[in-house]
Amino acid sequence: MTKQDAGPRTGPGPAPGPGHARASRRRRDSAYPYALYLPAAVVFVVIFLVPTAMAFYFALTRWTLFDSTFVGLDNFRDFLAEQNLRIGFQNTIIYAVVTSGLKVVLGLLLGVLLTSRLRLRGFLRSVVFFPTLVSTVAVGITFAMLLKPQTGLVNQALALVGVDGRDWLGDATTALLSVALVDVWKGVGLATVIYIAGIMSIPREYYQAVAVDGGGAWHRFRHVTLPLSWPATYSVIILSFIGGLRSFDLIWTMTRGGPGFTSDTIASIIYKQYQAGFFGLSTAGNVILFLVVTVIAVPLNYYLGKRQVAA
Amino acid sequence: MKTSHRMTGAALAVLAMAALTSCGSSSEPAADGTTTLKFLVDNSQATVDTAKALADAFMQANPTIKIETETRPGGSEGDNIVKTRLSTGDMSDVFWYNSGSLLQALNPSQTMVDLTGDPVLQHVQKDFLPVVSQDGKVYGVPAGTAMGGGILYNRKVYEQLKLEVPKTWADFMANNDKIKAAGIAPVIGTFKDTWTSQLFVLGDYYNVQAAVPSFAQDYTANKSKFAATPAARAGFDHLAEVHAKGYMQEGFGSATNDQGMKMLVEGKGAHYPMLSAQLPPLVATMPQAATDVGFFGIPGTDAAKNGATIWEPAGIYIPKTSENVDAAKKFLAFIASPAGAEATNKAVQPAGPFRITGAKLPEDAIQVAKDLQVYVDEGRTAPALEFVSPVKGPSLEQITVAVGSGLTPPAEGAAQYDKDVEKQAKQLGLAGW
Repeated sequence: MTKQDAGPRTGPGPAPGPGHARASRRRRDSAYPYALYLPAAVVFVVIFLVPTAMAFYFALTRWTLFDSTFVGLDNFRDFLAEQNLRIGFQNTIIYAVVTSGLKVVLGLLLGVLLTSRLRLRGFLRSVVFFPTLVSTVAVGITFAMLLKPQTGLVNQALALVGVDGRDWLGDATTALLSVALVDVWKGVGLATVIYIAGIMSIPREYYQAVAVDGGGAWHRFRHVTLPLSWPATYSVIILSFIGGLRSFDLIWTMTRGGPGFTSDTIASIIYKQYQAGFFGLSTAGNVILFLVVTVIAVPLNYYLGKRQVAA
Repeated sequence: MKTSHRMTGAALAVLAMAALTSCGSSSEPAADGTTTLKFLVDNSQATVDTAKALADAFMQANPTIKIETETRPGGSEGDNIVKTRLSTGDMSDVFWYNSGSLLQALNPSQTMVDLTGDPVLQHVQKDFLPVVSQDGKVYGVPAGTAMGGGILYNRKVYEQLKLEVPKTWADFMANNDKIKAAGIAPVIGTFKDTWTSQLFVLGDYYNVQAAVPSFAQDYTANKSKFAATPAARAGFDHLAEVHAKGYMQEGFGSATNDQGMKMLVEGKGAHYPMLSAQLPPLVATMPQAATDVGFFGIPGTDAAKNGATIWEPAGIYIPKTSENVDAAKKFLAFIASPAGAEATNKAVQPAGPFRITGAKLPEDAIQVAKDLQVYVDEGRTAPALEFVSPVKGPSLEQITVAVGSGLTPPAEGAAQYDKDVEKQAKQLGLAGW
């Protein structure tokens, strides 16, 4: 522990001028001695950085868990040649757009509703938030039961009103959207909470100003709530869009990418490679997914962030 | 960003699994001279019952050896557990695992005890040995019985409609027509459990082999393709035809294997392309499963060349890392003996013939086993392709679901499968791909 004596010196020291030795720079910049960062750094390096670096290496090998052979970029080529990858990409984007879009719209509406003077407000807030607390896998299994063609509760309820329900998860045209709607059901609670926080932080004066000008509920919403809850919208879009791009657990528990390949997403394709024992190939897929999410999320973040400043 | 967590998570899971499982491995002889063997099996009811019956019978005969049975999940999740435990040197003393192509992926020559020429194998039928061998060395003994992969049919429905077991595909479709007219679902599809959709293709291998005897060899050597071999493509064509004619029950897309078996036993569906091993566990709750359900091989084009495709039993193996190899070998010798077969018979109804010389089906064997035994006795069987070739694409089950649901035309499905196979062969590092 060579840095132990650095502790007391760091706190009170006045800021020295530029061009000093490293020790004094440290004293100026950090509120704590670096030694205090060490445990966290070790944890971070061992369980995050090292496996990540290993993943980037194993993506370049044919890896059976018993041994690995270096094969260069073959895995990336094979993963990109994967026949259902195009459907997977398409589905991933559709899924991300549908879920984040609906979460924004429904979250905003519920947020407005649940910040208004409602008698059951507290109760309704918990009801809306409740699905967020349930394990995704449990939600998937439950809804898979509810959506069964003959015995499922959904179709039985539809039959009561004279609608002939379909095989929601077994039919290629409805499988992906059914899963996306369940995802929205589960995720809208979190979006609502973010919106409630955003709407509550809008100063009352703006609403009073609208009232003075004779504006009604629609004006309050259109000209105050909507623009001023932009930070909340921004968070909801980013969170649910990235969540949608990585969507896996619900898809896997409800359809396993089926029927056929029609509801496959990139994450489920990767998982299938892993299941088949193609560890190198699936790691290559993960690296690609990482890059894709980065390529989409970073500019999106930048663009939305800029709008936030403008708003 | 969360994605990197997923990757590190996967790596972590492997590490954690290694760490966790290493806690329970050491099994040294106890002070009183007894040896404890750990025996890892998959968690399906039939396997667990069989394993327990074998262990109990063995312990009775060998009081100094104790056997503890552990279970693991089945399917590819289980495959990965077995691979992880083998590669971290943490496998139980004896374990139950697939034979054929899945065994090859375990690198038996590196990880398992070589049993070639060992007295352990004295009762094992010679035909079985290739499916538990690599490079001419034998690594396992048969677990339980072989099973048939073909069409399970409800005999009551056949009796009622005065149908005969079809010998050609055309006869089969004619039967389906009559069954549909009678208001019963002719073919049961259970595509929620995607693996069940493969039987029309995999169970058709007897016919492929009859038409093109060298197919397995050429296929392994990357010289034959499913899409380019009409006999091999027939499986995909059959699947598409059954869907196109509307022979499958309503809601086949989200039905499960259990539901399918129930439909078949209750006579709500007449045919179910399935493995005969699905029946024995049902006998306890639905006794009519033993008598009302029969088996026939998937019919081909020529009535004179009719036969059935057989799935060989799984194997029981000893990992190189076991510290109790002698005791483990004793146990294997017992499993592969008529006495072991008898102990198995008491616990689980056999789903097909044994691979052990001198072991016989019991008098009250279930109907599917008897039907299958006829094919075996007359020499009209072929092992499924996955037992004669290490090449089997992992996506076949999704492709067959797509073909069977009318989403992909059969020719395209076969071509997709060829691509899938190519990827697998490359990942296995096979020569010639």
